[in-house]
Amino acid sequence: MKLVVASGKGGTGKSTFSANFALSISRCRDVVLVDCDVEEPNLHLFFSGDMRESDVTVQVPVFDMERCDLCGKCGEFCRYGAIAVLPEKIMFFHDLCHACGGCRIVCPNEAISETERVIGKVWDAPVDEHLRLISGVLNEGEPNGIPVIMAAKEAAEGNDLIIYDSSPGTACPVIETIEGSDYAVLVTESTPFGLHDLKLAAEVVQKLGVPAGVVINRSDGKDDETEAFCREAGLEIHMKIPFDREIARLQSRGDLFSVAMPEWQERFVELYEDICTRTGGAP
Amino acid sequence: MKLCITAKGESPDAQVEERFGRAPFFIFHDTEQDTYTAEANTFADAAGGVGPRSAQVLIDHGATVLVTGQLGGNARRVLEGAGIEVYQAAAGSTVREAMAAYRENKLNRIL
Amino acid sequence: MKRIAVISGKGGTGKTIITGALATLAKGDLVFADCDVDAANLELLFEPEIETTEPYRGLQVADIDQDLCIQCGNCEEYCRFGAIRYTDDRFFVDPVKCEGCAVCTLVCPTNATSMKDRESGKIFYSRTDRGPLAHARLEPGSGTTGLLVSEVKKRVNERAGDRDLLIADGPPGIGCPLIATVTGMDAVLIVTEPSTSGLHDLKRVVKVARNFGVDIFVAINKYNLEESVAARIEEYCEDEGIPVVGRIPFDPTVIEAIRSRKPVTEYDCPAADALRAMWERIASALGRE
Repeated sequence: MKLVVASGKGGTGKSTFSANFALSISRCRDVVLVDCDVEEPNLHLFFSGDMRESDVTVQVPVFDMERCDLCGKCGEFCRYGAIAVLPEKIMFFHDLCHACGGCRIVCPNEAISETERVIGKVWDAPVDEHLRLISGVLNEGEPNGIPVIMAAKEAAEGNDLIIYDSSPGTACPVIETIEGSDYAVLVTESTPFGLHDLKLAAEVVQKLGVPAGVVINRSDGKDDETEAFCREAGLEIHMKIPFDREIARLQSRGDLFSVAMPEWQERFVELYEDICTRTGGAP
Repeated sequence: MKLCITAKGESPDAQVEERFGRAPFFIFHDTEQDTYTAEANTFADAAGGVGPRSAQVLIDHGATVLVTGQLGGNARRVLEGAGIEVYQAAAGSTVREAMAAYRENKLNRIL
Repeated sequence: MKRIAVISGKGGTGKTIITGALATLAKGDLVFADCDVDAANLELLFEPEIETTEPYRGLQVADIDQDLCIQCGNCEEYCRFGAIRYTDDRFFVDPVKCEGCAVCTLVCPTNATSMKDRESGKIFYSRTDRGPLAHARLEPGSGTTGLLVSEVKKRVNERAGDRDLLIADGPPGIGCPLIATVTGMDAVLIVTEPSTSGLHDLKRVVKVARNFGVDIFVAINKYNLEESVAARIEEYCEDEGIPVVGRIPFDPTVIEAIRSRKPVTEYDCPAADALRAMWERIASALGRE
């Protein structure tokens, strides 16, 4: 089974939830947790363990100036402005290149070949016997994290229970992460901002046909508006995590509150079993 | 000699546009013929890579001097590679005024 | 005109609330851009009156004419984004995955593939009490967020005229939308929070902002929730030579203010005092009154 933890809004506690959730479930079965928030991956901050690092690369063009006659067809074709053809040379901007391979196809002189360029990394770390953390990390200054998300998800393939932690928002990286999941947990907070963005997230999962439920984090008890929305949208509220200074403090230090407060582990396991019942998966 | 000035409008009396790649118009000034030709910048709204693509337009037109406001890093590299001189126009000036200032060597060269 | 973007790296650090506070504290004529187009929230603070709505066309998307398609499979083979799939005996384009590169149009022997415009969202231009606001709504699941950010900024620049200050509310992250936001700014205010992940993300976003030659300021929101981490953030900023202009305490009044749709600076509370002190430092650094 593949679960995805998502939220329209950033900072609702998605990673906090994912880390505690995955760790709690791993007490009774094997779990692979995948950090797909490749622009700001944080899950590794909660866990220790030796990690194996592998590069994520994309194919970028190399120009053979012996063969190039500066005809300009590659620059004209490139929709991303990554190639400029000067009177005496070619300039290539790797940060604008989407690695589509089109320039190589249009070149009439076979002057373009391709080479691999590293844009990020995948860290694969066994946290303990039952929990494995895979993190996708986009290099700073790189605009496109999609290949890194794909690589991180690929690394987790073949396992029975995979939990994807998505980046915030509703754009392409989020879609890439949610795709292929059996169930989505939407983490929100009880403010008007949280609700506004929960609505967007609910729209995305609905569009992708992924069933979903809600967790309200940092709840101060004033959740009426969020509850009303969830009722209307048919979203089950699985759990409320109260605003609690102790939880906030543990969190800030990079500690997991379910370790210090083990009663939460049971609640996370119950939540997981609840999801299994809803999706028809075996716990 | 051919100069290019980034402009907010098509006429030589339009204001100079301070952004290079996303300038609405490029006005090419032929100093021998004393003519002004405006060309709409098709990349003004493009998704990305507007700097290098706009620089390519100048190269294709054979301009050797550019008068604008500010340059992005990628555009700078292309213009530098093509040997195009770049001067900064005073904020709020028109294309004609910027041209006059260029002729009198009053513009600050930024590339 | 000065241009400042409020960014954060990590999401949910209080960026929008701080942007809202700047809007009420800054003097003179202002203009706003909500560059967090994925999840635009500034409109919740300002109750804008929408003046114009325009469709937003992102990158073009490939389309296959089934009448011309001979099912050779070239497009699927050459597409590097997995955007072409074969289902129910035909090839079709998944618009969510398509990056608009047009390679499929190059390799199709029968010209069955072509590039079409698509509407990926809406761009709004609105009036608010504190000045004009350009904002947008991205169709959930659309790509090219960075381009939409550029479009929002273009709208704002077109109408900025002689106004004194442009304030942009930026997106979280360090990718394309963030880069599009920071481009052309004079300064960025990075809002962080005292957590290990807050500090981690702060470092990443600083690295990116350094490429743009902008002035960088840092504000630590809810700094007293974990003072030991706040101290580490201060240390990091000092090493980097980045001024920490704001230290905003955790204050329940902030949530109350959001719920009542009012700027927190209208309340008499510790967070409001800290925000005022922060703005004075930024204003003097930007050379404004």
